[in-house]
Amino acid sequence: MIRDITIGQYYPADSVIHRLDPRVKLMGALLYMVSLFLFQGLAGLLLITVFLAACIGLSKVPLSYMVRGLRAIVALLVFTSVFHLFLTPGEHVLFRFGIVSITMEGVANAVFMLFRLIYLIVGTSIMTLATTPNALTDGLEKALRPLEKIRVPVHAIAMMMSIALRFIPILIEEVDLIMKAQMARGADFENGSLIKRVKNMIPLLVPLFVSAFRRADDLAMAMEARCYVGGAGRTKMKPLRYAKRDYVAYLILAAYLAGVIALRAV
Amino acid sequence: MGIVKASRLVHEYIRRDEEGNVESIQTALDGLDFDVKAGDFIAVLGHNGSGKSTLAKHINALLLPSGGTLWVDGKDTSDSGNVSAVRRQAGMVFQNPDNQIIGSVVEEDVGFGPENLGIPSEEIWIRVEESLKSVGMLRYRSHSPNRLSGGQKQRVAIAGILSMEPKCIVLDEPTAMLDPSGRQEVLEAVHALNRQKGITVLWITHYMEEVVHADVVYVMDQGRIVMQGKPREIFSRVEELREHRLDVPQITLLAHELNQAGLAVGEGTLTREELKDALVRLYGSRA
Amino acid sequence: MSIILDKVDYVYSADSAYEIRALNKISLTIEDGAFIGIIGHTGSGKSTLIQHLNGLLKATSGGIYFNGRDIYEPDYDLSRLRMQVGLVFQYPEHQLFATTVFDDVCFGPMNQGLDKNEAGLRAFEALKNVGMAEEVYYQSPFHLSGGQKRRVAIAGVLAMKPEVLILDEPTAGLDPKGRDEILDLIADMHQKLGITVILVSHSMEDVAKYVQRIIVMNDGSVLYDGTPKEVFSHYRELEAVSLAAPQVTYLMHELRAAGIVADDGATTVEEAKESILKAFGRKGSV
Repeated sequence: MIRDITIGQYYPADSVIHRLDPRVKLMGALLYMVSLFLFQGLAGLLLITVFLAACIGLSKVPLSYMVRGLRAIVALLVFTSVFHLFLTPGEHVLFRFGIVSITMEGVANAVFMLFRLIYLIVGTSIMTLATTPNALTDGLEKALRPLEKIRVPVHAIAMMMSIALRFIPILIEEVDLIMKAQMARGADFENGSLIKRVKNMIPLLVPLFVSAFRRADDLAMAMEARCYVGGAGRTKMKPLRYAKRDYVAYLILAAYLAGVIALRAV
Repeated sequence: MGIVKASRLVHEYIRRDEEGNVESIQTALDGLDFDVKAGDFIAVLGHNGSGKSTLAKHINALLLPSGGTLWVDGKDTSDSGNVSAVRRQAGMVFQNPDNQIIGSVVEEDVGFGPENLGIPSEEIWIRVEESLKSVGMLRYRSHSPNRLSGGQKQRVAIAGILSMEPKCIVLDEPTAMLDPSGRQEVLEAVHALNRQKGITVLWITHYMEEVVHADVVYVMDQGRIVMQGKPREIFSRVEELREHRLDVPQITLLAHELNQAGLAVGEGTLTREELKDALVRLYGSRA
Repeated sequence: MSIILDKVDYVYSADSAYEIRALNKISLTIEDGAFIGIIGHTGSGKSTLIQHLNGLLKATSGGIYFNGRDIYEPDYDLSRLRMQVGLVFQYPEHQLFATTVFDDVCFGPMNQGLDKNEAGLRAFEALKNVGMAEEVYYQSPFHLSGGQKRRVAIAGVLAMKPEVLILDEPTAGLDPKGRDEILDLIADMHQKLGITVILVSHSMEDVAKYVQRIIVMNDGSVLYDGTPKEVFSHYRELEAVSLAAPQVTYLMHELRAAGIVADDGATTVEEAKESILKAFGRKGSV
């Protein structure tokens, strides 16, 4: 199950989405999220669906890759939709059983919520799948550059993020391995009361932390050995420069958001 | 003076208790003297804990001498003004391939060093391409390092050093975590760099098979260089190597045992062909 | 008493574009008390195979029988199997977690449901069997040297008194002396404790010296299965899948081709020495 998490995994492909400036993609993801919470009605949903489908198509990332990311949050999806299904008050009662009732509004709400969550995960995973983590942090670093004036260590934060992203898959594999090794010694990570289960995590967490610290230590040394001394005086292999397609993408994004807002009124 | 030169180099790891009093002193390097000729392939052999990793970190100024002096390309590493120049001249490759790759894409990782040096973007691209080409990893330039084999990851790490255009590369047990084919692939790549680009190599290992083609072998034990010479000289001293917790390749061992049993095939035999030829000769001249 | 594998298949990410067939119709019998080496390069399926033997991975198809019982039967106790077939992973010292060496070794026996005293006895015995000195039992395992940590980790599996002990690359990262010490220790345990030992390795040379039977894995299948002598006689075919036989094997074949020795089956330095000296008409032992 752990392997299903697709956030932070890059899918190499040669597509227009991959080539966009990461700042555009960051802004795009942000506006897309806003649109998901702004839209109302079927027309809005339809516009978002078309937009999402277009992005998926353009990104050349197989759909199955994005859908895999959903598996990890199935429980959340079920819980949220059930919550909305039963707890939305409304006039058109479809079904009543004691104090539990299902209303027309509840069904609509549950469906919309389900779409929101699924679209949220799939949409944002396009951004991470089609942007190398380094480009993403570069984008973030450059977009947040003004904050350096108020002493926010933007470069350090961006570097930390990119390292974290690089090591997530490695640590996930490590968790898998340690779990198996402890299971071979009879450890049980699945059964028992909550307290017992938390206690049972110790043989997993201690080795994981020890390993993470060892890696951090090694990495710090390797970076130093390669003349890393922080952000000052660094150049970029891939400096961010807007191309024509980036401006076009900004225009499309603006039009898209305007469309979603306009459709609210319908 | 050679490219790396040590004079009575000492390193002490000092452990202190909470009050800052010295609890114990462990001498990891105990008065090393050596002089590495530019362009040589030096193999440093030693068991775990013999001080060879500590030595490696000194050459990159990741550790500084507790006593004595170390010069890299004529620059004293203990002079804080030299640190950047020393690191640029003597690149370092570590044991664990995962823990030294910073970029999430191969080419971005190779570009990391030049970025730190403030090299203009256009030139970084040229260097990255050239470095990847010289370790045979160019076609993986846009791959994620996580999908590569151990040997491939180490070659990327080496490219990441090459892109800084060093005169010398120190590899601290670069093959310890690899399988035999990965080991072979990394060793060959480094030998090629040494031959074709004239880069000085310090190859640190405890695998005897890897030092056969080195120009000079240093054997370390307890923080000292206890043996030094050409591979053939070193390998002819089988018993001495064993005392230092090392062994010799199978063929060398067999030749040694045959010698002991009175069959004069010659000590310090390095390759299978040599031993075979010696045996064929002996067999032919048998009364 | 044995482990029998019957046409075991294992497929990663079945029915997707990333489908990888890690094991392909593996049929094997592992006899009680055997000392077996499994050899193959990275990705040959050897790690996947050993994780089937103690039930950590479940075959996609095919059956595994431990002591005559099908381990995939619904009422089969897999957690017990994991303790009967002890698996020591690669770099096992990375799984140490307890505050003392002793507590760490007690982890397995305690999970078996033994009480503190009994688990303690088991831990003592196991630590002694791996040659750890008593003064370190109550120290933190994190302060030990690499080789010692590895011994403690092996003791942690040994303390469960497994009938079968599987070790995945137990010498990885150790120096030559450390490597010989661990291999001698394993051979010693096989003899003294009478347990079945399966040694997974990249190194033909290490394995040839110790085991009675070698299983060569390639591409998820068993390529060769036999005594070291039988397996290494296929040295040309082994080379084709980038698995070299020990150097002495090549030498002996070349010497035979040159008409010097009659028997080219030596797989260790000792055997090679014997047969060369014999060819030269000298006494074998010195």
